[in-house]
Amino acid sequence: MPIEILMPALSPTMTEGNLAKWHKKEGETVKSGDVLAEIETDKATMEVEAIDEGTLGKIVVPEGAQGVKVNSVIAVLLEEGEDAKSLAGADKPATKPPPASAAAPAQATPAAPAPVDPKTAPPPAAVPPASRANGASADDRVFASPLAKRMAAQAGLDLAQLKGSGPQGRIVKSDIEAALVKPSAPRAAAAPSAAAPARPPAQPPAQQPAAAPRPGAPAYGKDLIVAQAGNPPYSEIPHTGMRRTIARRMVESKQNVPHFNLTVDCEIDALLKMRAELNAKSDAFKISVNDFVVRAASLTMRKVPRANASWSDEAVLLWKTVDCAVAVALDDGLITPIIRQADQKGLATISNEMKDLASRAKAGKLKLEEFQGGTFSISNLGMYGIKDFSAVINPPHGVILAVGTGEQRPIVKNGALAIATVMSCTLSCDHRVVDGAVGAQWIAAFKRMIEDPLTMLL
Amino acid sequence: MADTTFDLVVIGSGPGGYVAAIRAAQLGMKTAVVEREHLGGICLNWGCIPTKALLRSSEINHLLHNLDQYGFSAKDIAFDAKKVVERSRKVAKQLSNGVAFLLKKNKITVFDGEGKLGGKGKVAVSKDGNKVADLVGKHIVIASGARARVLPGLEPDGKLVWTYKEAMVPPAMPKSVLVVGSGAIGIEFASFYRNMGAEVTVVEVLDRVVPVEDEEISAFARKAFEKQGMKIHTSATVKALKRAAESVTATIETGGKSVEVTAERVVLAVGIVGNVENLGLEGTKVRVDKTHIVVDQWLATDEPGIYAIGDVVGAPWLAHKASHEGVICVEKIAGLNDVHPLEIANIPGCTYCLPQIASVGLTEAKAKANGREVRVGRFPYIGNGKAIALGEPEGMIKTVFDAKTGELLGAHMIGAEVTELIQGYAIAKTLETTEAELIETIFPHPTLSEMMHESVLDAYKRVIHM
Repeated sequence: MPIEILMPALSPTMTEGNLAKWHKKEGETVKSGDVLAEIETDKATMEVEAIDEGTLGKIVVPEGAQGVKVNSVIAVLLEEGEDAKSLAGADKPATKPPPASAAAPAQATPAAPAPVDPKTAPPPAAVPPASRANGASADDRVFASPLAKRMAAQAGLDLAQLKGSGPQGRIVKSDIEAALVKPSAPRAAAAPSAAAPARPPAQPPAQQPAAAPRPGAPAYGKDLIVAQAGNPPYSEIPHTGMRRTIARRMVESKQNVPHFNLTVDCEIDALLKMRAELNAKSDAFKISVNDFVVRAASLTMRKVPRANASWSDEAVLLWKTVDCAVAVALDDGLITPIIRQADQKGLATISNEMKDLASRAKAGKLKLEEFQGGTFSISNLGMYGIKDFSAVINPPHGVILAVGTGEQRPIVKNGALAIATVMSCTLSCDHRVVDGAVGAQWIAAFKRMIEDPLTMLL
Repeated sequence: MADTTFDLVVIGSGPGGYVAAIRAAQLGMKTAVVEREHLGGICLNWGCIPTKALLRSSEINHLLHNLDQYGFSAKDIAFDAKKVVERSRKVAKQLSNGVAFLLKKNKITVFDGEGKLGGKGKVAVSKDGNKVADLVGKHIVIASGARARVLPGLEPDGKLVWTYKEAMVPPAMPKSVLVVGSGAIGIEFASFYRNMGAEVTVVEVLDRVVPVEDEEISAFARKAFEKQGMKIHTSATVKALKRAAESVTATIETGGKSVEVTAERVVLAVGIVGNVENLGLEGTKVRVDKTHIVVDQWLATDEPGIYAIGDVVGAPWLAHKASHEGVICVEKIAGLNDVHPLEIANIPGCTYCLPQIASVGLTEAKAKANGREVRVGRFPYIGNGKAIALGEPEGMIKTVFDAKTGELLGAHMIGAEVTELIQGYAIAKTLETTEAELIETIFPHPTLSEMMHESVLDAYKRVIHM
C-alpha cells in the first residue's frame, strides 16, 4: 500500500506552508532519514525527512507551491514491490481513500472481486495509514476548547481549518484570535454576517482576497536580489515572525488600500504651556506631547465619527468605540499597543497607560488583546526630528495620523513674520472609507483642538 | 574534585529553581543547583510555608476563643509564643530537608555558596569570599528571587521595625503591631498578630486593602478586619517613625490629616525588589528593569544561554508562578514541542488571612477597562448550608464573565477555605470552559464549592439558593 506523505506542521500554530524545494525526484529511492523536501512558513524553513523507505512514486504538490494546507498529501511513497499502478487516485490531494470498512456498500455486487494485483491490494481490514508521515490522527474529530468553539461559531470560522496551539494541538482562544487577524481566515461556509459587531473584529472580511497568492507576484529570492545588487558582500538578518508580519501587512496595505494624505501645521505653544503647567502639579504623571495627540485625535473621532471606520465588502463599518493604536518602535520591528476607549480617558490615564504599554511592548510582554484591533492608529516620529511624513495605514483601520516634531518655525501672522512652535501632522486616509472632505474635516478639527488645548476639556 | 560541567546550572533553589532543576533532570539534563542559604528558598524557609504554620496557630487561637459557639467551654486558654514559633521553624526545616532529598533523588548536584556569572557559560560559586567551585553550564537559569523593599526613613532595624523575616520569629508576642502595607504579606501578618491578641493597625498607601484584589473583595475584607478590631488607614502614608526603647511612634498622613500611632513593633510589607546584585550580570546582555531581569515569553534573557525565572523576573511574585516558569523554561531548553507560555490570567493568587482571599483572572474593573462587556455573578456564604454548619457564614464568591463569549474572565473569593476552592476556577480557566460547562458541572452537596456553582448561575440569572 503506497504511503502518503503529508504536509507537516512545523509549529503548533502552522496551518499552511510553502513547498520550497523537492530534494528527491519521482522514481528515486528513499531511505528513512533522507531529506525529501524543504517546507517554508512565515517563521522558518525546515526539511522534511522520510520516515519510511521506498521509492518516491509521485510528487503531488510541485516545488514552489504556496499555501499548502497542513496534512494535505504532498507526495506518495511506494513500498518495496509496489509499482506506479498502485498510485491510481492518489494524486488528488483533497480526497483521501475511504476506510476499507466503508468500501462495500450494500448495492455492490458481491460476486466478482475487482481485478486487482494481489501484491498491491490492501489487506481487507487494514486501516489506511494515511498519516504515517507525521503521526497525526486520521480521525476527523477537531479538538477545541469550549471557548474556542463558541468564538469560532460567533465569528463564522471553520475549526477544521485551524491548527491548535494548546496542549496536544488543541484549538484554544488564542488560535481563534490569531485566525481572526490573518487575512486568510478560513470562514465557515455559512458565515453569519447579519449583525454588525459592536466592537471591531481584528480583521474585516474585506481583507480576504489578499490572501490568495497573486499570479505574477514579484519574487524576492535571495540569490536574485544579490545578483541584482551586483553581488556586493553582505550579511543576513534572519526574518523574525514580526518582520514577516510587518512586510505582509504593509504590502497588503499599500496594494489594497487607496491612500491619500492630508497635512496641516499645528501651532503648539499653548499646548506646551499647558503641558508644563499640568506636569508641575503632580509627580504621579508626566504627560508628553504625544499623550495630547492621542487624546485630541480620539476626541476628534467623536466629532467626525465618519473617520472611525473600516472598509468591508458589504458595508462601511462605523466603530462605536474609539480605540487608538499607537506605534511603538522595538529593537527590530514595531508593534501597535492600543489605548481602548481613548476618547473617554483623561491625559494622566492615557499617559500612564501608554508608558505601561510601551514598556511591556519593549519587554515582549503585551497580551494579544492589547495590540490586536484598534479603530485607528497614530505614528509619531517627532522624537527623531522628522518634520513631516505620511504613514502607511494599518488595515483594517481607515486612517493613520503621522506626527512630526514640534519645532520653532517662522510663520506669517497678520501680515508679519512671527515665530511659533509648529508640529506638522499628516492624516493618511483609506479613500474607500474616508473621502477627501471627511479627512479634511477631521484634520481641521484635530488642528483646532491641538492649537486650543483647553477645548480638550470640553 | 566534584564534576563541574553541566547541561544546566540553576542559581537559587527556591520553588522556581528547585522545580526547574528537577524537571531538567527528568528530561535527562545533567543539572546543578547553587544555593547561598537554605534549600527551598524564601518560600519554604521564610515565606509561604512557615507563615502558614503561624497562621494555623492563630486560627486555632481564634477558634478556642469562640468555643461556646460549638457547645464547648474551656478555661485558661493560653499559648506559648516560643512554641508557636518553634513549630513554624520545624515545619520549614522539614520541608527544606524534603527538597534536599528530592534533589538527591534526581541526581542533582547542590553547591553551597553564592553563584555569579563569570563569562560565557560559567558560574563561579563562592562562600564567604572563598572559592567553592567554577561551574560550566550549557544553560544557566537565574532563580535568585526577591527581598523586602525598604523605604527611606522606614529602614528596618530587626528589633522594633521588622521585615517579614523578624515578624516570623517574634521572641515574644507584642501587645501592639503596626503593619505598613496591606498586600498579601502585610495582611497575613496583620491577621496573625490580631488573632493572637495584639492590637493591630494597618496602613495602606492605596485607597483600599489587598489592592490587587477585586474592589468588592477589598471592601468586604476591610469590613471583616475592622469587625475583628483591626484599625485600618487607607490612602495613608507613614511619614516618620520615632523609635523609643520598646515602642515606635509612627506619624501617618491620611486625607490631609496627621495621625500618630504608637505600637510595640512595626512590620514593613511595602513590596519587594528583585535580587539582581552580585550575579555578574554586568558585562552580559542581560537587561535589568526596575530591579527585575527582562525575559521573553520563554524566560530567555537577551544573553544567549542565560534564563531567569520567578520573583527576579517580576510580578506576580508567587511561588507557583516561579515553579511553572521553571518548567516552561527547562522544557523549551530541552526542545519539547508541547510547551506553552505562561498565561498570567490563569495564575491563582491566595492570601491566608482570616477570612481567606483567593482569586484568578481579571477583576471586574480591569475587565471593563479592557473593553469587555461583562456579566457578574455573586453568591454569599450565608446562603450555603456547609458554611452555616461550619460556623463560617462570612464570605462571598464573585465571578466575572465576558458577556459575548461566556469566557470566565475572573473569579474572586473571600471566606473560609477559598484558597482550596480557587483551583476549581483555575482549571476551568485553563481549559477555557465557558459558563455553559460550569453550569453543567455537578457540585457535591453539602460543600462550600456549591457556591462556586451558584455564583456562575447568578451571573446568568439562574441562581437557585438566593
